[in-house]
Amino acid sequence: MSEYIVGLKDFAAALKAEDHALAAVGKGKAWLDLSKTPLAGVELIDRYRYRIRIKGRYPQFAYWLAMNFFAPVPIEADRFFAQPGMVEKNLTLDWYPVGTGPYMLTENNPNARMVLERNPNFRGEAYPGEGEEGDRAAGLLTDAGGRIPFIDKVVFSREREGIPYWNKFLQGYYDFSGISSDSFDQAVRISVEGEASVSPEMKAKGIKLESSVGTATRYFAFNWLDPIVGGGQADPAERVRARKLRQAISIAIDWEEFISIFANGRGIPGQGPIPPGIFGFKSGGEGINPVVYDWIDGAPRRKTLERAKGLLSEAGYPNVRDAKSGQPLVLYLDTTDRGPGDKPRLDWYRKQFAKLSIQLEVRGTDYNRFQEKVRKGAAQIFVWGWNADYPDPENFLFLFHAPQSRARFQGENAANYSNPEYDRLFEQVKHMENGPARQALIDRMLAILREDAPWSFGFHPKDYSLHHDWVSNLKPNNMARNGLKYQKIDAARREKLRAEWNRPVLWPIGLLVAALAAGVMPAVLSWRRRERTLGRSQ
Amino acid sequence: MIAYIIRRLLYAIPILVGVNLLTFALFFVVNTPDDMARMQLGIKRVTPEAIQKWKVERGYDKPLVYNTGAEGVGKITRTIFYEKSVKLFVLDFGRADDGRDIGHEIRTRMGPSLAIAVPVFLLGLFVTVTFALLLAFFRATYLDFWGVVACVALMSISSLFYIIGGQYLVSKVWHLVPISGYAGGLDAARFLILPVMISMVAGIGSSTRWYRTIFLEEIGKDYVRTARAKGLSELAVLFHHVLKNAMIPILTGVVVVIPLLFMGSLLVESFFGIPGLGSYTIDAINAQDFAVVRSMVFIGSVLYIIGLLLTDLSYTLVDPRVRLQ
Repeated sequence: MSEYIVGLKDFAAALKAEDHALAAVGKGKAWLDLSKTPLAGVELIDRYRYRIRIKGRYPQFAYWLAMNFFAPVPIEADRFFAQPGMVEKNLTLDWYPVGTGPYMLTENNPNARMVLERNPNFRGEAYPGEGEEGDRAAGLLTDAGGRIPFIDKVVFSREREGIPYWNKFLQGYYDFSGISSDSFDQAVRISVEGEASVSPEMKAKGIKLESSVGTATRYFAFNWLDPIVGGGQADPAERVRARKLRQAISIAIDWEEFISIFANGRGIPGQGPIPPGIFGFKSGGEGINPVVYDWIDGAPRRKTLERAKGLLSEAGYPNVRDAKSGQPLVLYLDTTDRGPGDKPRLDWYRKQFAKLSIQLEVRGTDYNRFQEKVRKGAAQIFVWGWNADYPDPENFLFLFHAPQSRARFQGENAANYSNPEYDRLFEQVKHMENGPARQALIDRMLAILREDAPWSFGFHPKDYSLHHDWVSNLKPNNMARNGLKYQKIDAARREKLRAEWNRPVLWPIGLLVAALAAGVMPAVLSWRRRERTLGRSQ
Repeated sequence: MIAYIIRRLLYAIPILVGVNLLTFALFFVVNTPDDMARMQLGIKRVTPEAIQKWKVERGYDKPLVYNTGAEGVGKITRTIFYEKSVKLFVLDFGRADDGRDIGHEIRTRMGPSLAIAVPVFLLGLFVTVTFALLLAFFRATYLDFWGVVACVALMSISSLFYIIGGQYLVSKVWHLVPISGYAGGLDAARFLILPVMISMVAGIGSSTRWYRTIFLEEIGKDYVRTARAKGLSELAVLFHHVLKNAMIPILTGVVVVIPLLFMGSLLVESFFGIPGLGSYTIDAINAQDFAVVRSMVFIGSVLYIIGLLLTDLSYTLVDPRVRLQ
């Protein structure tokens, strides 16, 4: 952040110096009054507004303002919680947050439940009157102009297991539910056209399905520093050879099958790193990865294995042996999957490489060791993913920016990919506003990535969620976390349906009592008989 | 007896040091302080400076067990092991990596755990002992045979089956009690009925068979024949004589678990959403929170040692012939 905000570095240095000075006189834990230290890039306009000056152009800064670290915090709260003894008594600002939002956290016990209640001092906001296409028809603008939030109290309960959570949702005790793999078939039907809808059982209860493609991507990364699959070799011929190997593998890994088997169809195959919904993504024929797919009959079709084998042969592995050394081609995949439940997935990975007769050695490790290997650039191929921080293509494209190399600079470019042309384009793209010029540069960057194939672009997961029909004003948004204030609950209907669905069935209690009596009676009779018999015989 | 108790408590000190050392070694073989910092700071954009700051703030910037950079006794005391372990012996558990006071967390979570564990323990003991005495009373009859068959069936089924089946039938189909959840005060009762009943049923089979075996062994002894010869009823024989004399093996298995009731049950608490101590350790292991892991292992060890000591002491109460020296 200090790279962008004018004066933030000096501000931090001044605070550090003040902190050290206080520590030197034994007041190391004293409260620092931030308002006393000047911050050159920030200017107070009035009581509720301030202006931030940043260095150069950085359009993504607007997204930063929506992130939690920019949430306004009253200085009084900061001072209150900095008093001596507060931390020792578990009284901290992160546990008892003070803010300006529509809700207050009135109960904070993450081990059991957290409760949000309407903030009586909320400045007030009106429900939006404009939306995207289709929002009006979907009834999302019916409450336009209404004061939000609509819900007085929101209770988040912690359920550690999926089964009770799912059953309580079906009973109407939860308003929302995700869909686990176990309950997917019970909840969702996929039509022959691939459209998802709720099952008849869910429909009968008025349960509704919302789906959206996540602003995330899952992939196989090829370590650019690796001599076999990487692209950093000095010899141009070696680089071409490795590139063809990566392309061949990218074709062979059937992500469509993976989505179908392991994600219940909840995903769309990646044509690049940018998921749908983010500027730069293109659908249809112009958006496909031409190295891996052909556009046939209005749909992308993965290239044939023959094409992949041809590339492998061109890469210098005829008959899957190194043409020079004659050694078989063995590749290594690092993953954190290593439990018994992961075996089918690991077998699937091996099967994909086996299609090209490549032997894949899977090296399952715990997450710490996995991260360490990636950090040191010691993993050859590895499985990973990325969730967007903000909805801008820069947040995906920077994952291939050489100065972000994980092994060299501890950045987010885990594959350590490096391409000077790509880097040059990235420097331009990151400062541009969305528009045709930016799109053209992104297209070129994607073309470079598809050709170089530093990742086998896996898939962008689809998020499915269910809610009862007493919930309204719900629109999935994978980036924003402020949707609660727009939502509405028909509490009377919820109460009515809950009571209807959960009428106690009392006959089992009667049956249990009868069964116990039936079980005990012979014993009692037998005991009495024995007692009397013994008495007589003695 | 006091000398015996003091001696046993002194024995506990090297045991607890050993347990601490073992926990420390096992934890740090798998995790480094850097790993712990990364876990807490998140995966994205974690700078080496942020990691170092996190470690300094929590005292994980020091060597693990031996500080070559320190002088004299500081070589031992200025280490992670010493600083994190010694305070445990005065029950100062310190803070979890998220900044929360571990002692406060334990005290808060102990209540819900005990709310399940105590009724399960007491009711279970009463039901299993009574059932076992009944089977012993009806020994070698069809009631005994089918009782043992029922016990074998009950103990052959996984406790997970009881939980899922119980939740399905009692809560989902019959709507008699909530599937899961917890509330404070008297409201807790409706949430606790099902987990208590299920935990009790799941434990009946094995305990009943164990107690039945003990009772049958006692029933064959001479003093029982004498009691019957005096004209005592079979019930009086069983409850006044057999039960008393069978107390030592029963206490061996029962008293030792009393202190451990505080630790809660992972499975039951997870499925029934009880905010107890059962999952505290597991959550801490997943979050690589060494402070919580060592505290929970330490408490577990202390409670187990107390349990064993109480078991020995209880022998003197039920059998006057036992002397602790």
